[in-house]
Amino acid sequence: MTTDSTVIFQMRGINKRFGATHALRDVQLTVRSHEVHAVMGENGAGKSTLMKILSGVYTPDSGEMQLDGQMVAIDSPARARELGINLIYQELSIAPHMTVAQNAFMGSEPRRWGMVDQREMNRRTDAILANLGARFSAETLAGSLSIAEQQQVEIARALVHDSRILIMDEPTAALSDRETEQLFRIIETLRDRGIAILYISHRMPEVHRLARRVTVLRDGGYVGELSQQDMDPKRLVQMMVGRSLDDFYQHTRRMTRGAARLQVERLAGGKVRPASFVLHAGEVTGLAGLVGAGRTELARLIFGADRKTGGTVRLDGELAAIREPSDAIRLGIGYLPEDRKHLGLFLKLSALENTAMNVLTQHARAGVIDHRALDALTRAEIKRLNVRVPGPEGIVGGLSGGNQQKILLARWLEIKPKVLILDEPTRGVDVGAKSEIYKIIHQLADDGVAILCISSELPELIGICDRVLVMREGELTGEVTGDAITQENIMEMATHVEVAPAA
Amino acid sequence: MAMIFRRMGMLPVLVVLYIGMYALTAYMAGDGGSNFMTADNTMNILRQVSINVVLASGMTFVILTAGIDLSVGSILAVSAVLGMLVSLGPVASLSIPTFLLAGLGLGLLNGVLVAFVGLNPFVVTLGTMTALRGAAYLLANGTSVLNDTIPSFEWMGNGQFLALPWLIWLAALVVLISWFILRKTVLGLQIYAVGGNPQAARLTGIKVGLVLLFVYAMSGLCSGLGGAMSASRLYAANGNWGTGYELDAIAAVVLGGTSLMGGVGSVWGTVVGALIIGVMNNGLTILGLSSFWQYVAKGAVIVLAVMLDKWRQRNAQLG
Repeated sequence: MTTDSTVIFQMRGINKRFGATHALRDVQLTVRSHEVHAVMGENGAGKSTLMKILSGVYTPDSGEMQLDGQMVAIDSPARARELGINLIYQELSIAPHMTVAQNAFMGSEPRRWGMVDQREMNRRTDAILANLGARFSAETLAGSLSIAEQQQVEIARALVHDSRILIMDEPTAALSDRETEQLFRIIETLRDRGIAILYISHRMPEVHRLARRVTVLRDGGYVGELSQQDMDPKRLVQMMVGRSLDDFYQHTRRMTRGAARLQVERLAGGKVRPASFVLHAGEVTGLAGLVGAGRTELARLIFGADRKTGGTVRLDGELAAIREPSDAIRLGIGYLPEDRKHLGLFLKLSALENTAMNVLTQHARAGVIDHRALDALTRAEIKRLNVRVPGPEGIVGGLSGGNQQKILLARWLEIKPKVLILDEPTRGVDVGAKSEIYKIIHQLADDGVAILCISSELPELIGICDRVLVMREGELTGEVTGDAITQENIMEMATHVEVAPAA
Repeated sequence: MAMIFRRMGMLPVLVVLYIGMYALTAYMAGDGGSNFMTADNTMNILRQVSINVVLASGMTFVILTAGIDLSVGSILAVSAVLGMLVSLGPVASLSIPTFLLAGLGLGLLNGVLVAFVGLNPFVVTLGTMTALRGAAYLLANGTSVLNDTIPSFEWMGNGQFLALPWLIWLAALVVLISWFILRKTVLGLQIYAVGGNPQAARLTGIKVGLVLLFVYAMSGLCSGLGGAMSASRLYAANGNWGTGYELDAIAAVVLGGTSLMGGVGSVWGTVVGALIIGVMNNGLTILGLSSFWQYVAKGAVIVLAVMLDKWRQRNAQLG
């Protein structure tokens, strides 16, 4: 590892208020060149606010910032870029109808006689892409790229601006393991070139692998900085949540399972090839596979969200006619989508409205809503799931990721599901909320719900599932139970390339 | 306090505008007297805005789903002409059902094209706006359909109930029903859900197509009622009636704080928005401003008011 790292940026005593909320209290951060510095904390701990201050989106109420020992004021994103500070957001901001080069140079196109110099732009972009080891060119249409590749475009954009500090907010949230590995290699290359990388993540193994130092925030305050040798996962979790998390994945596999609840027979549609499996009452079944293996597609077929081309679904032995999500819901099948903001929540509506959306007709007479009943059930869910929200009328768009996810989960608990499909239930959720969500999942299984849990985090599947199904390229390729649920076994089935049998 | 301010929406703008208009008319009158703020003139304003309030209430439903209905003026004309023609026929008492059913039917047509054929609402209603305008002229044979004996619905435009014109009662009734549907019923909440996030709405079991069908049908029904109100008021109907009404209705909805992106807004806001336009029209006419200048002033106020609203919301968010 390179040793010539020097402090290039420091911030001290940073305070920021939004109305009544004290988002940051006396926070400090020291950034050194040639190293990856992780910033950790639960959602709502202030990581995003701090990064937005660093990148000029917000200005702090008080506190000082020094770049190369000089006091600086970063009062706009443009100023931050001038200083060599670039932020790559969790939600990528790529213009899909423009080329990679146009995206990379957006707002700072090289000019020649007043016109955009396309050739120069493409040349420089291709050079940067070659450096990143990208497998697409400057003239590729950005919309045709995968999420991982679009992220590389964002990184290229930062490099166009001669970035000195690169901030990455949960960069692996939507990547497969292979893509993550490639991203790590890119990060290491950039680090060795002297760029300071601020890496925001919830994922302990990633932070361990990449970061030489980690700064931990909690409730808007600075908790401390650890260097690599002190980075013990238990200690980090303790710093983040302010208490120790015993038994993070309640690791007790159920010995007995209930009756067959959901029988899927040769279900196919879209990229999903005929899939057959059974979910049992009281069992947590995992569905593993690389991103793009067809896990979400399979879930959507069961739920009636997409058109199926063949196969049947039986619920408690009876043939289930599911043509629309409303049919599935009526039968007691719930589906928590992976993208809660775009497919799940109504961000402008209240916690009450979001929670009750599936059960409105049960709490209405002649179409008129019984508001008091909904208020009561929402309060009960808020208490049961420990949701941090001002009250039933609190607008969901303003909540942290973990609390939003709990509200969405509450909506599905309200239908009293027989089968609950959870698609990446802990994505973008902080450690505390994660363990609470695991508890809820186990509670539901104990109550006899058949649960199918899709996740890209293998430790999560291994930790909470009684059985794991594996998919690869649209096909169910295997199943592991008990002690056979290991990272190696799952990965083999998820990636193994079989020789196609002769026709 | 901030909460109250947010709830009030554009109401302060309306109050300031109303007082400002009074001061201006009093000043311009020279003798310091003004009849702007009299009960008579206030009644006038309410009567003048009543049809726009009805159309804009229907429009609120549509815009809440992130749609738009450009055809309300044309639907008003078609239903007005059809209703008047029936009033001249053998069963004149069928006029009111004709007005309403014509509006409802044409609204359903919009709804089917948007919800089940999957066409863009702007394009659909631009098409029906144009086609139905032609239909209205054709049905009226290019002239006005006149009838000064319309016992079955004369009351709508000319009668009074408890010292208030029926026009105002009808508008109030439509507002009340709209508020009830939007705020108190399952359907209302589903309208907000569909407007806020149509994909999530479907995955949560909402029949998005039926919700869209309803809002366009509701807008059509309101246009039909608007047609009845104007035909009754003037004992006539004509192919060019309601031209440009869609823009006044949209302006009222937007002034009222309903987002064109859908999912946010209320019918009370729409009423305030319609009243702002009404106070402007009335005040500027009393001031004797030429109608050309009135257009300029109205447009400017719409843009300024929405700017003000945006600023106010940002402040409210910051606490």
